[in-house]
Amino acid sequence: MSSAARPQSEECYVRIAGVSKRFGDFMAVDEVSLDVRRGEIFCLLGGSGSGKTTLLRMLAGFETPSAGTIHIDGQDMSAVPPYQRPVNMMFQSYALFPHMTVEKNVAFGLEQENLDRTQIRRRVGEMLEIVKMGAFTARKPHQLSGGQRQRVALARALVKRPKLLLLDEPLAALDRKLREHTQFELLNIQKQLGVTFMVVTHDQEEAMTLATRMGVMNHGKIVQVGTPADIYESPATRFVADFIGSVNLFEGEVLEGMPAGVRSSELGAVTPVARGVAVTSGATAWVALRPEKIRIGKAPPQADEPGVRGRVTEVAYLGDLSVYLVRIESGRVLRVTRPNVIRAPEDRIAGGEEVYLSWHASSALVLTQ
Amino acid sequence: MSGSPGKRIVAGVPSLWLLVLFAIPFLIVLKISFSEVRLAMPPYSPLLENGRLQPHLSNYAFLFTDPLYVRSLLYSLKVAAVSTLLCILIGYPMAYAIARSGATARNALLMMIVLPFWTSFLLRVYAWMGLLKNDGVVNNVLMYLGLIHRPLVLLNTDFAVYIGIVYSYLPFMILPLYANLEKHDVTLLEAAADLGAHPFAVFRRITLPLSLPGIAAGSLLVFIPAVGEYIIPSLLGRSDQLMIGRVLSDEFFENRDWPVASAVAILMLLLLVVPIMLLQRVERRTLEAAK
Repeated sequence: MSSAARPQSEECYVRIAGVSKRFGDFMAVDEVSLDVRRGEIFCLLGGSGSGKTTLLRMLAGFETPSAGTIHIDGQDMSAVPPYQRPVNMMFQSYALFPHMTVEKNVAFGLEQENLDRTQIRRRVGEMLEIVKMGAFTARKPHQLSGGQRQRVALARALVKRPKLLLLDEPLAALDRKLREHTQFELLNIQKQLGVTFMVVTHDQEEAMTLATRMGVMNHGKIVQVGTPADIYESPATRFVADFIGSVNLFEGEVLEGMPAGVRSSELGAVTPVARGVAVTSGATAWVALRPEKIRIGKAPPQADEPGVRGRVTEVAYLGDLSVYLVRIESGRVLRVTRPNVIRAPEDRIAGGEEVYLSWHASSALVLTQ
Repeated sequence: MSGSPGKRIVAGVPSLWLLVLFAIPFLIVLKISFSEVRLAMPPYSPLLENGRLQPHLSNYAFLFTDPLYVRSLLYSLKVAAVSTLLCILIGYPMAYAIARSGATARNALLMMIVLPFWTSFLLRVYAWMGLLKNDGVVNNVLMYLGLIHRPLVLLNTDFAVYIGIVYSYLPFMILPLYANLEKHDVTLLEAAADLGAHPFAVFRRITLPLSLPGIAAGSLLVFIPAVGEYIIPSLLGRSDQLMIGRVLSDEFFENRDWPVASAVAILMLLLLVVPIMLLQRVERRTLEAAK
C-alpha cells in the first residue's frame, strides 16, 4: 500500500492500541489499533453498527475499553474520567444546554476551570467570532437555526483548546447546500487553530472532503487506513471498494504466469495482477472496476486495451453525468458513468444499443479478500 | 375559542365543568362571606335585602381581630412549606433513580409509588396512629432494642403531622418530577462532563435547572392541599394548634357560622393564588424554551 512510502517521522499524537469493547455478547469494537498524528483530520468511516461511534466514545471517556489502551499526547487515558480528559466532543445532536444562552453555553467549559470572568468573556467572544456567531450571544438554542446551532456546538467544543476534538457526524443534521459550505469552513477553522480532529461519519463524501487520512470500519474492525485517494484508488478489500464509491466486482481465478493474471468468466477478460499484490495461482480473486474508469462507446476500442461488448439496458441522465447499465456477454450488468462534457453529443447512447466497454489496463484492480 | 365545532366541544366540556363545579360554588361562597349569621335556614343574611345590597365586611375584619385565624393560617403555611421541602428532598432522589433505571425496574418502581393509593387514605392515616402511639410499633421496637427506656411522645406532635403529610403526598411530588427527569437528554450530561464538569457540577448546572418545572409542579401538588389538610392534623396533630382546614370545618359545623367559614375559605384561596401564578410563569417559560 502507498502509505508505506509515507515518512514515519510524523508525530503519533493519539495512540489506540489493541482496543476492544464488548457489550454482552456483542463485540462493538474488535482489537483496533490506530495512530493519529498531531494536527491532522482523521475520519472514521463506517456504516451503522460498525463500532465507529463506540471508538469515539472511548476516546471521550464515556465508555471504558474492555481491552487495550488509549494514549493521548503520551498520557495513558485508562483511569482518566471524561471531565479530566484533554479532549472535547461535538455531539451529533449538538447537545446544547437549552436553558443557557449561546454565550453561557460556550462559557460553560471555561467556567469549570475557574478562570476569571474577564478572561472567560474574552475567550468566548473570540471563539464566537471565529465561528461567526458574535451577533447571537444572547440567543437561546431554540432561537437558532440548525446551522447556527452547529457553529455554537463547535465553538463550545473548541473554546477549551482541546488537544483532540472529537466530532460525531458533525454535518449530518444540516441540509445539503449548508453541509457543503460548512465542510470547507470546518477545514478553515481546523487549519486556523491547529487542533487535531477525529471525525466519525457514515457519509463518504463528508469523509473524503474533510480527511487528511481516514480509516474504514466494518464489524468493529478497522479494515483500511489511508488518504482518501489511497482508499478510493487502492481499496484493500471488496468491502472497502464497495463501501467507498460504487464498483463493479467480478469473481475470477488466479492464473499462473509472469506477471500473474486473473481470469474471470463473469467479465470475459483476463486482468493482470498489479505488482505488490500477493496471489496464489488457482485461488479465487476479484476484479474491481470503478464505473467512471470504464469508457463506453459505439466504436471498438484501441486493440491493446482490455474490453468487452455489451448492450445498454438502462440510461439515467443526472445532468453532470450519465449512468449506463450495460449487460455484457456473460449476462452480468455493469455500471458505467460518463461525464456529459458536450451539451448534445453526436454519439449519444440510448437504451438497447450495442456498445463497446474498455478500460486502461491499470484501472482494473485485483482484490484477494 | 375559534375554529372547528369539534375544537369548540373539546374546549367547551372542561369549561362547563369548571363553571358548574368551581366558578358558581366559588361565587356562592364569596356571597356568603359578605353576609351575617342568622338563626335561620340557611343560617346567614341574604345579600340583597329589602331591594338593597347589604354587604358585610365584618367577617373579614373578625379574622384579623381574633389571633386564632391568623395563627392557624401561618401555622398551616409553615407545615405545608416544611412538608413540601421534605417531599422535594426525599422525592427528588427517588424520582431521579426511577428515571434512570431500566424499563422493567422502572415500571415496578412506579407501581410501588402508586400502590398505596389502592388503600383508603383514612385507613393509612389511622395506621400511622397505630405506629406512632405510646405503645405503638415504633416505641415498642425501640424499647425492645433498648434504645429508649420510656416511650417517646410521637403522636399528636408536629413531627407526626410531617410524617403523615410527607407520607401521603410524596407520590404527588415524585410523579411530576419523574415525568420531567425521564425526558432529560442524557447527552446533555455527557456534554457537560466532556466540558470538564464534575458529576456534582453537572447536576447543579444542568439537571437541577432543567428539572425546575417538575419541582414547581410537584411542590404545588403538595403545598396547596397540605395548607388545607384536615384529616392528617386532626388525627395525628396537636390539639393546641389547629391548622386552617380544621378551623374552617369547626367554624362551619361546630359554630354554624357560615359567613366566617366562607371568609376563611376566600382568604385561603387568595393566599394560594400566588404560588399558582408563580408556577404558571415557570411553565410558560419552559413552553417557550421547548418550542
